[in-house]
Amino acid sequence: MAETMLLVAGRTSKQGTSLSAGKLKEEYLGVTSTVEMNADDMTRMGLKDGDAVRLRTSVGETVVQCKGRKATDLPAGMLFIAYGPPSSQLMGSDTAGSGMPLSKNFTVQVERAA
Amino acid sequence: MAENIRTVEHATCTFCGCVCDDMNLTVDLDKHCITKAENACVLGKAWFAEHTIENRPAATIDGREVGVDEAVEEAARILVNARFPIIYGLSDTTCEAQREALAIGDLIHGTIDTTTSVCHGPSGIAFQGVGESTMTLGEVKNRADLVIFWGGNPGEAHPRLFSRYAVTTKGMYIPNGKKDRYIVSVDVRRTQSTPVANLFIQVKPGADFELLWALRALVRGRRLDPSVEERTGVKLDTMKQLVERMKTCRYGVLFFGMGLTMTRGRHFNSGALLALATDLNEFTHFVAKPVRGHGNVTGADNVVSWTTGYPFGVNLSRGYPRFNPGEFTTVDTLSRGDADAALIIASDPAANFPKAAIEHLHRIPVIALDPKATETGKLARVAFCTATYGINVGGTVYRMDDVPITLRPAFESPYPSDQEVLTAIKNRVRELLNKKAKPKEARKAA
Repeated sequence: MAETMLLVAGRTSKQGTSLSAGKLKEEYLGVTSTVEMNADDMTRMGLKDGDAVRLRTSVGETVVQCKGRKATDLPAGMLFIAYGPPSSQLMGSDTAGSGMPLSKNFTVQVERAA
Repeated sequence: MAENIRTVEHATCTFCGCVCDDMNLTVDLDKHCITKAENACVLGKAWFAEHTIENRPAATIDGREVGVDEAVEEAARILVNARFPIIYGLSDTTCEAQREALAIGDLIHGTIDTTTSVCHGPSGIAFQGVGESTMTLGEVKNRADLVIFWGGNPGEAHPRLFSRYAVTTKGMYIPNGKKDRYIVSVDVRRTQSTPVANLFIQVKPGADFELLWALRALVRGRRLDPSVEERTGVKLDTMKQLVERMKTCRYGVLFFGMGLTMTRGRHFNSGALLALATDLNEFTHFVAKPVRGHGNVTGADNVVSWTTGYPFGVNLSRGYPRFNPGEFTTVDTLSRGDADAALIIASDPAANFPKAAIEHLHRIPVIALDPKATETGKLARVAFCTATYGINVGGTVYRMDDVPITLRPAFESPYPSDQEVLTAIKNRVRELLNKKAKPKEARKAA
């Protein structure tokens, strides 16, 4: 059963260092394919670190690995992912006349990927 | 130990907008690599260590290795024949290369946009609407006793902003560094930046504008409806205490990140923050500054502005510049399918743009310049492997506070610089356009 959550995309140190090594390399692809999730949410959904989850928006979907964060660091219902090709798959292209697509705080459906 | 070692003092790191110019590099000239980067942060160390000379062709057409001249010819042909060519990227190259790209755009009557449009573009729109109470980072270091980080995570994205300018560093009027400063962090989640803050304010996602407007009201002495707590997730008492600190500090700074520009509200969020800083100047000295990402994205804003009058999203199809974000910005020109050719410099929209834009990039001829292999380079009709700015190439970049800095390259690259490739394309474009124009002139004369 998919749950509705809020996805925040952003930069991380590991994303920055692996970016310099190369965006087509395994390390960068791994860093940008990991979503951080509230640990209590993961327990409720029967997920553990490294499990594959499907994130879906009205635009597209992607499958990434999940990693737990303490509730004090990441509120319930919120996800964090480093910018990269997987997060781009979920972004809409409407910029509301600004040039900027919504790249943070967008609603996603989350479920365990088989 | 290798014998052919060179040291470069006061070199510049161009990874992020801090553009730290106090790097002491140790360079192995035999292996063409930097073995040590003294003073660099974790991001800078990786930047210097990973930019070596890779064994890649200098130019390809449809994935086939070709000479640079042949690739320049094909690139010029594509641009001259296009009806709606776009030029995009530019924030990870020198100002000198940016000028060449602008010149090409002028010749082909193209549309020029930079990564600013998907970074602090909304802040650029807000500057035009409400202005900017600005400063240099040197002023922050020497004077700021209240530093507020809003919607950003410099601890991971700009690590030396804390140690060099804004948190722990000692300044002329801040002799005790962190002890003399009060640090506030406003964000929707705890990050690696949170521990440096004396006060962390966790705002509800999508409520930045409301919180900023509430603070503006409190600065002006207005009473607020208690429902603002539920809307923003922030206690009214916390807001009042923050406003009191802002009004009574000697020199306050609001650094803001893409937590404001990439979320609902976009330029209204940035505008609200800029207006708050301006309001506070009735009580004390207060400034605001977007924390910029790429090494020369601020240079891109400057070069595009001094050339066309506008910072990004500029169309030259009528022979004069028109600025219209949403129409001439790259996510829009690609997603709508307007662009029929793209010249991409030092950027990777095929990895970072929305799906519809990426799909269109696959449909049109793309010319890509990048020191590294990228998704955009993979799909490009013409791809150039170029030398890395700051490491192999000299020139000028702008720090996030609009201070220009000269680069001191560490070692030579066998690859051409972006500037060299763009200059060659520009010259060939001019020749092809002259050839096209001549028959018309001949007809007119007849």
